[in-house]
Amino acid sequence: MIEFNNVTKVYPNGVVGLDNINLKINPGEFVIIVGLSGAGKSTLLRSINRLHEISSGEIIIDGKSITKAKGADLRRIRRDIGMIFQNFNLVKRVSVIKNVLSGRVGYHSTLRTILGLWPKRDVELALDALARVNIPDKAYIRADQLSGGQQQRVSIARALAQEAKLILADEPVASLDPLTTRQVMDDLQRINQELGITTIVNLHFLDLAREYGTRIIGLRAGKLVFDGPVEEATDDVFSEIYGRQIRKDELLGNVEA
Amino acid sequence: MAQQAIQKPKAPVSSKIRFTVIFLILLALYVIAYRGTDFALGDLISGLPRIGTMLSQLWPPDFNYFVDILTPMLQTLQIAILGTTFGALFAIPFILLASRNVFQSRWVTGIARMVLNFVRTIPDMLLAGLFVAVVGIGPLAGMLAMVVFSFGIITKLAYESVEAIDPGPLEAMTAVGANKWQFISFAVVPQALPSFVAYILYTFEICVRASAILGLVGAGGIGMHLQIALDTFQYQHVASIILFTLVVVILIDTLSTYVREKLL
Amino acid sequence: MSQTKPTVAPQKTFAQRIKGYVLLILLVLLYIWCFSGMTIDWQKTIDSLPVGKKIISGVLSPEWTFITEDEGVIDKMIETLEIALLGTTIAAVLAIPFGFLAAVNMSPKNRWIATIGKRILNVIRTLPELIVAIIFIVAVGPSPFAGVLAIGFHSIGMIGKLYSEAIENMEGGTMEALTACGANRLQTLWFAVLPQVLPEFMSYALYKFEINVRAASVLGMVGAGGIGTPLLFALMGHSWARVGAILIGVIVVVIVIDFLSGTIRKRLV
Repeated sequence: MIEFNNVTKVYPNGVVGLDNINLKINPGEFVIIVGLSGAGKSTLLRSINRLHEISSGEIIIDGKSITKAKGADLRRIRRDIGMIFQNFNLVKRVSVIKNVLSGRVGYHSTLRTILGLWPKRDVELALDALARVNIPDKAYIRADQLSGGQQQRVSIARALAQEAKLILADEPVASLDPLTTRQVMDDLQRINQELGITTIVNLHFLDLAREYGTRIIGLRAGKLVFDGPVEEATDDVFSEIYGRQIRKDELLGNVEA
Repeated sequence: MAQQAIQKPKAPVSSKIRFTVIFLILLALYVIAYRGTDFALGDLISGLPRIGTMLSQLWPPDFNYFVDILTPMLQTLQIAILGTTFGALFAIPFILLASRNVFQSRWVTGIARMVLNFVRTIPDMLLAGLFVAVVGIGPLAGMLAMVVFSFGIITKLAYESVEAIDPGPLEAMTAVGANKWQFISFAVVPQALPSFVAYILYTFEICVRASAILGLVGAGGIGMHLQIALDTFQYQHVASIILFTLVVVILIDTLSTYVREKLL
Repeated sequence: MSQTKPTVAPQKTFAQRIKGYVLLILLVLLYIWCFSGMTIDWQKTIDSLPVGKKIISGVLSPEWTFITEDEGVIDKMIETLEIALLGTTIAAVLAIPFGFLAAVNMSPKNRWIATIGKRILNVIRTLPELIVAIIFIVAVGPSPFAGVLAIGFHSIGMIGKLYSEAIENMEGGTMEALTACGANRLQTLWFAVLPQVLPEFMSYALYKFEINVRAASVLGMVGAGGIGTPLLFALMGHSWARVGAILIGVIVVVIVIDFLSGTIRKRLV
């Protein structure tokens, strides 16, 4: 379970990124965060694993405060949180499997990981993770040989190999075409349902949010303006979050997958 | 899922073999080089205090000697300035001849580049030695060596930047029926000039360093005094010259970098 | 277009024109000063023309036997290559910490660290190799080892600077991804940074190796090993045919090394 207690983030230039957020996310939920760009979606997500520091308040993950954690404790909490990025953030020049295995670094000593002495189980885990995202045959290919959709699947596999209890996805489909967008979202949904991994996704396509999410969180200028099950997130609610009518480019539209 | 698990790929072997072969070749090269160069870390460790002793002789500084070497230091700068200037002037036609977007004929650019590559392979000290033999010991030999040396550097840097200029104006000049001279002066020169000047300054920085040591073979400048100090084992003078050179080079670099940044 | 636009082209201001003239005069004075430092003895220059002829004929008919003899061109060129290889390798390794130190994105919160790193690298580069070689000869005596040390020390400056630029130009996202996995600083460097920059690192080290082969070929002039020693003796002794043989050796090796290294570098990146 993730708890936000009075979380506020003010950037050095005075911009308020998060404004007194209070939030509880339960295990197994598929939460989608929506809002205009600049509304604080990314800040909220990145504050969970502390890629961004918050100014005040506290974030508690499974009873432990990540806000107060330091050094090895912080890394220990991060080890249980997988993250998926808009630009995949893979090391393009090395093989797919090495990228997936890099998710395991938090489990072993620095020396062991640097020497590349991965336990057999870790390699199995990495190959299974690749199988789960349907690209088991790409393991020993360099990451830059893959298409964008396949690269994003590798980064999902990295989070799986990490044995994460929580997956954060920051605009995971923003640099993908509509068809691969659905494949990646399907993967995330399947993993959420089959393995029960709590998943939090930032999206700017509203129809995708409705289709895949179990819960929707709306942000506007750093404030929480909507939080509820997907059924309650009507067009009116979205207009409220966006402060205007929904535009066509905020919908992905129907694509035969 | 179960089916896929069976088809799990194996790590490829060929890249490992290649890696091992390259590693072994490198290892052999290093062993040969290690033995050929009398490599002995112990000598370095036991010898380092001697460098300390030499540097410690800098204190108290001998101001009279600094006054003595001021004139040869200025001569080093004169050699560098004149060498770079003439090197740059001679470079201009060769830069144009070597640029594929100015001369389309591969024969012209190919031959020009061959000449330039050849010039650049001759070490600066060898040039200085040859010119000393021709015009005698003194700064003139150093200057001539620097002309050839800077010519080699400037041409290489500049023809690459000429080839990177915006092709639009080149097409425009061809379209209005310009001849080669008009083409060069209206489309090539205005675009390439700022980076050309920046390269001249950059080359000047390199030439200052080079002309500080040309004197070791008798080609004028501060290096001649360094040679005397070395031959007579006056390590205090050696250290003074090194320190003075360091200061002058840093000054010139700072000044030149400042001007270059304003240019581009 | 707009009515305020002047119909006559604006003239250069008085100050601008004065500035131009002042610069011109300063430049002329600078060159007059430079020429005053050159002692040009025209009579001697004319007298020296036969020497020039001798040099050219000597260089054109090189002393072929010197190429293969003991301590000859081949022996000494191999030593030159060995000096360049070991020196560049030492620098390529020692430059790694300096490169990270001087890269702004490695310590974004403390920019002064990178500034200091860049400063150090600049100072290392400042002294010419030959002077560095003289300093090391004081420590280890005249030997190729002094040449290795000189190249090794001097090259840190340029290689470190190129490394730091490679680090600054890499994608930052992968570092973030590793941090998010719970990696510590060393693991982030090893898994996110090194694989991205290593090919560039090797390419820059090779590039510097090309330059160092040229540099190592004159180190012998101060006693730091390689082809420079016989070259200096040949120049002093006016044995131009021998100079020619050495020149051929240097040119051939430099061209071959440039070609080989260039081919490898193209495949690396």
